[in-house]
Amino acid sequence: MSYRHTFQHRTYEFRDLRTLLARATPFRSGDALAGLCADSAEERVAAQMALADVPLKTFLQELVIPYEQDEISRLIIDTHDVHAFAPVSHFTVGQFRDWLLSDQADTLTLQQLAPGISPEMVAAVSKLMRNQDLISVAKKCEVVTRFRNTIGLKGHLSVRLQPNHNTDDPKGIAASIVDGLLYGSGDAVIGINPATDSPQATITLLKMLDQLREQFEIPTQSCVLCHVTTALQIMQSAPVDLVFQSIGGTEQTNSSFGINLSLLQEAYEAGLSLQRGTVGNNLMYFETGQGSALSANAHGGVDQQTCEVRAYAVARKFSPLLVNTVVGFIGPEYLFDGKQIIRAALEDHFCGKLLGLPMGVDICYTNHAEADQDDMDNLLTLLGVAGVNFIMGVPGADDIMLNYQSTSFHDALYARKVLGLKPSPEFDQWLQRQGIMNQEGGLLPVGNTHHLLKYV
Amino acid sequence: MSQELIQQDPWASLKAFTTARIALGRTGTAIPLREVLNFRLAHAHARDAVYSALAVNALQEQLHSFYLPVLLLHSKAADRYEYLQRPDKGRQLDAESITALRAADEAFLQKDVVIILADGLSATAMNVHTQPLLEVLIPLLKGAGLSLAPICMVQQGRVASGDEVGDILQAKVTLMLIGERPGLSAADSMGAYITYGAKPGTTDEARNCISNIRQEGLQYEAAGRKILYLIQEALRLRLTGVGLKDNAGLLE
Repeated sequence: MSYRHTFQHRTYEFRDLRTLLARATPFRSGDALAGLCADSAEERVAAQMALADVPLKTFLQELVIPYEQDEISRLIIDTHDVHAFAPVSHFTVGQFRDWLLSDQADTLTLQQLAPGISPEMVAAVSKLMRNQDLISVAKKCEVVTRFRNTIGLKGHLSVRLQPNHNTDDPKGIAASIVDGLLYGSGDAVIGINPATDSPQATITLLKMLDQLREQFEIPTQSCVLCHVTTALQIMQSAPVDLVFQSIGGTEQTNSSFGINLSLLQEAYEAGLSLQRGTVGNNLMYFETGQGSALSANAHGGVDQQTCEVRAYAVARKFSPLLVNTVVGFIGPEYLFDGKQIIRAALEDHFCGKLLGLPMGVDICYTNHAEADQDDMDNLLTLLGVAGVNFIMGVPGADDIMLNYQSTSFHDALYARKVLGLKPSPEFDQWLQRQGIMNQEGGLLPVGNTHHLLKYV
Repeated sequence: MSQELIQQDPWASLKAFTTARIALGRTGTAIPLREVLNFRLAHAHARDAVYSALAVNALQEQLHSFYLPVLLLHSKAADRYEYLQRPDKGRQLDAESITALRAADEAFLQKDVVIILADGLSATAMNVHTQPLLEVLIPLLKGAGLSLAPICMVQQGRVASGDEVGDILQAKVTLMLIGERPGLSAADSMGAYITYGAKPGTTDEARNCISNIRQEGLQYEAAGRKILYLIQEALRLRLTGVGLKDNAGLLE
């Protein structure tokens, strides 16, 4: 079915829903690279006006990737909750935007709505929203998950402690972990990106993390971000808390990652069988990011933001503890500058939260992107206001293994301080018991005899 | 900068175990200014490297000493902005370059190795390392009895831009030397990509890569020997990529 919008002098026609979605997307370099973006500023607004008039029900009938071709399309349709959809089923996309911003759409209402809306509906409405709208609505959402602590409560901001080392040297990693813990980071997860994906190296690091956690009775979880097949292989001989995987929004993208839904299901069930969680059972950790489908040449004519939100349909099937959009890592050919990175991060956070996911953001950039620390400060502040569940904590914001810049332990303290946010409650108690933080969240000077310092 | 304002971290000794920016200290929750400026300087070096340009004249001058013809080529990316946003254009040569290559003397065709220099994401790396690396490498290649095509210099070039060069010149092995994406710790790393029978459409798993060629990383002598080894193996096995990597045991 085609869509059109007429200004006085010109009619714009969009041949199908995926074209309309792509043309309506705020400009970003990746959609230009894919040849999908609007040709002019006027065409973009025409597409947004046409999109505003599309009934939400249309998204259940016209799929951006056909049902027969793609298992994520099938997942979206087969798991759609008609009952939950009912309160908004009569809306157009434009009416949905206005309703989301109304006082009727409160936290509980949005939580109940989540299973009733599809990724494409959420992507569509986000394209009509200003940054302010994305923040307002996301702030109303609350997605709480649990494994050994509680993440995502309103008024809290958790941090993934990311102690990467270019040769996976255990002492080098331990040094960064101690630094991070003493700065109050690590409640989302202590998560290492290994330099190599070998099973033996992964086991070594997992054992080290688990021993550290047990020795100091830290109420958190650990993860070595290996491929899901590696995790499955070593699960019986290594202490696997969280099962990690990068995911995308098309079946073909996931094939390029060496995964599919049944493999994820197998890994999820295997993780559950270990019964390592204490306060809850959310144990999947997913990473996503706009542009991955194009990068894998697997976008199928769908714009990068819509592809990204489809990945959230994959994530929500497995009740994850953490979903992390690694927004600026992919490079300037997908998100060129600070403006595009900031917009994309706010979209991802909003879309994920509305779909009921525990969204965190790796607020980051590479050296060939047109961005710097000031852009990251802006984005961190915006996401803190929007209620992001977690961010990254990297020593001095400089990841020496992945060679990009993220947020630092100091950055996390800044956000918690200016916005009055606390760590996860269980972790907060631990920080106080350790003499690292006071009740008000202020960092305490630790002496050179602190027992964590003897760990390395 | 008054040191008493800064809350020092009593674990500076842990810096011995990692180059990560740990034990930075703080003022309030902020990173002390000296560390902020150190970071900014590292980022400035990286940014300058991304926007640096090949010193074409100086490089040509230096290349005289190798008694090989030099062909100046350009990708389809007109400038840095286009290069950064359109990787597809950086992977292809522009029409003039194709014409120039096709007009190459028959004596330059079907050589064992074609050496290609491209700016990639750090022309700085190329300006610094090309001459000293080739001073090691070219005698090694010649000493091994290998024949060399003209040296090709590609402006606004990505790794795959070398595939068209190798294809048109019918070189057996394509050696692409290219400026790597700058990190905060190094803005002048050179990478070497070795491809057997390169042609447009060749994908990365069919290449071997040596990275971090610089004074503080993989030094010229070692880099030159590794490149020679991989080229000889490529010619022997008639392939590059995963199959070669498995047998070499050389790559880190």
